[in-house]
Amino acid sequence: MSVHARERRSTPARIARPIALHTIVIVIGVFIMVPIVYGILGGFKDNPQLANNPIGLPAPWVPENYTNVLASSDFWRQVFNSSLIALSTALVTVAVSALAAFVFARFAFRGREFLFTIFAAGLMFPFAVAILPLFIILRFFGLLNNPLGVILPQAAFGLALTIIILRSFFRSIPHEVEEAAILDGCSPFGFFWRILLPMARPALATVSVLAVVNSWNNFFLPLVVFNDKVWWTLPVGVQQFSGQYSADTAKILAYVVLAMIPALAFYAVAERQLIGGLTAGATKG
Amino acid sequence: MKTTKGPESAFAASPVPRRLVPPPQPRASKNRGKARKRITIILFLLPGVILFSLLVLAPILLAMYSSVFKWNGFGLLPTNFVGLDNFTRLLDNEIFLGDLRRGALLIVLSLVVQLPLALAIALLLNQKMRLRALYRLLFFAPYVLSEVIAAVLFSMLLSPERGLANEVLGFLGLGTSSFLSEPDTVMFSLFIVITWKYFGFYVILYLAGRQSIPKELTEAAQIDGCGPWHVFRYVTLPLLGPTIRITIFLSVIGTIQLFDLVYVLTGGGPVHASETLGVTMYDIGFNRFQVGYASAISVVMFLLSLVFAIGYQRFVLKRDLDGATTTMGGGRR
Repeated sequence: MSVHARERRSTPARIARPIALHTIVIVIGVFIMVPIVYGILGGFKDNPQLANNPIGLPAPWVPENYTNVLASSDFWRQVFNSSLIALSTALVTVAVSALAAFVFARFAFRGREFLFTIFAAGLMFPFAVAILPLFIILRFFGLLNNPLGVILPQAAFGLALTIIILRSFFRSIPHEVEEAAILDGCSPFGFFWRILLPMARPALATVSVLAVVNSWNNFFLPLVVFNDKVWWTLPVGVQQFSGQYSADTAKILAYVVLAMIPALAFYAVAERQLIGGLTAGATKG
Repeated sequence: MKTTKGPESAFAASPVPRRLVPPPQPRASKNRGKARKRITIILFLLPGVILFSLLVLAPILLAMYSSVFKWNGFGLLPTNFVGLDNFTRLLDNEIFLGDLRRGALLIVLSLVVQLPLALAIALLLNQKMRLRALYRLLFFAPYVLSEVIAAVLFSMLLSPERGLANEVLGFLGLGTSSFLSEPDTVMFSLFIVITWKYFGFYVILYLAGRQSIPKELTEAAQIDGCGPWHVFRYVTLPLLGPTIRITIFLSVIGTIQLFDLVYVLTGGGPVHASETLGVTMYDIGFNRFQVGYASAISVVMFLLSLVFAIGYQRFVLKRDLDGATTTMGGGRR
């Protein structure tokens, strides 16, 4: 009864609260949206318009900034490079990690936990710490200006998170499945390849999405590895473009907006895997 | 390090028929099985171990090694040993010391402003409201964009002459700001960009943490007469403890290694006023070819992360493991 009375008493609050709630959320939503919308609209303006009328809608709408970028082979080359490098990185990371995670999850041997801890500690070594010696090692192997010079280090640095996530998934598959497979004549590899991997498809999707997004947004490594414009990825391309045309704001905005589209589209498609992976990575790491 | 244990309960649900007695095996084949197991372990681990040793461990070791040499970076290994000279030089380097101060400032701002804001938003978004999924999608969008894109967009937005931000401030009668072009304001502008880029990530983590709290607990507190504030203070907040501690960890480690955003947004300027350890290291190593000296900065970054990570894991995160295995209330301070 008392609970009931309480609810009735707070009727005005029950109207006011959702409004306050929405106001706060909308203000933050605007803060998030403004740079993106400003970029999109700004790309449709010319520079005098941007200077005199930075807030309003373009008048007239100038599509040339966008069409010029879309007609440039540099832009498409960067889209291609970014895609090639991201997909290869995901493939190498996931393949190598799955093999290792399988052993860490399903075999008992001496030194297993020690080895696993070393891999897991890799979470703390991002590129920024290792970039300079990494550059020297890549130069020694002749991997500068070579996409492998970005793919392999990215895969190596992605191992920690991927192995952690995959191992915990592989562990959750009951032992009975493995016993049955072995009794039916499966080799360890046969069990891994024909039974474990197909069962782990959701986890594999998650770690692949993480690898693709990390690779797609990586800037530091491609910046130092690729002197040659031919291999520039989108982030490097955007940075170089904005330096080269620093006076031509509208042109840069168009370039940035177009460079943003693939990432946002990918996010729209793979939102669940991405968010699931990030939360799993943060809590298990 | 938390890991999930294989669920024993799956045993009962397992659809696979179990054979009671495995076929008897002669001794030889048992040994062969053992050897085969060892070969499998080695073969499966080999690619990972090679990749990791060559491209993660070797660079870290090389950084440590070259940090005690004077080296212009030619060849694979340095030769001119100078002891701890590079490190003592760093202690006299005003830019490096400034990097440490600026890093500390960013960490404090993140912990005092960014994370509480993200927590508040996550709790708001946890309530039933219309368009909740849309807001979540929107708040997280900046996180999937490259730092370079965020930096270039904001360098236009915050441009003193043509930028949108000054137009809006002027329109509201708040005067104008020089944002990125003055040493006094650049760090706060940088912090706004950092918040824009990353706070959605923390919202998502808090939201996941909040949604894993059983409804019965908050309801029980309400029935016992707790107001919203008390429910938050004595139920939600303690149970979010593990998530909060992890976000603090990620935020601190991320700040120590901050590079992309600053490099593109300001290049560390004006007059080094927004420089970070990563930018200083890049400048010294890649522009001035003082690889030994720059490696010393890498080592400092590495040690800062390592000491923080180990200390934090030992004294703060440890409690979560204890709590997780005993009671739900383990997060209480």
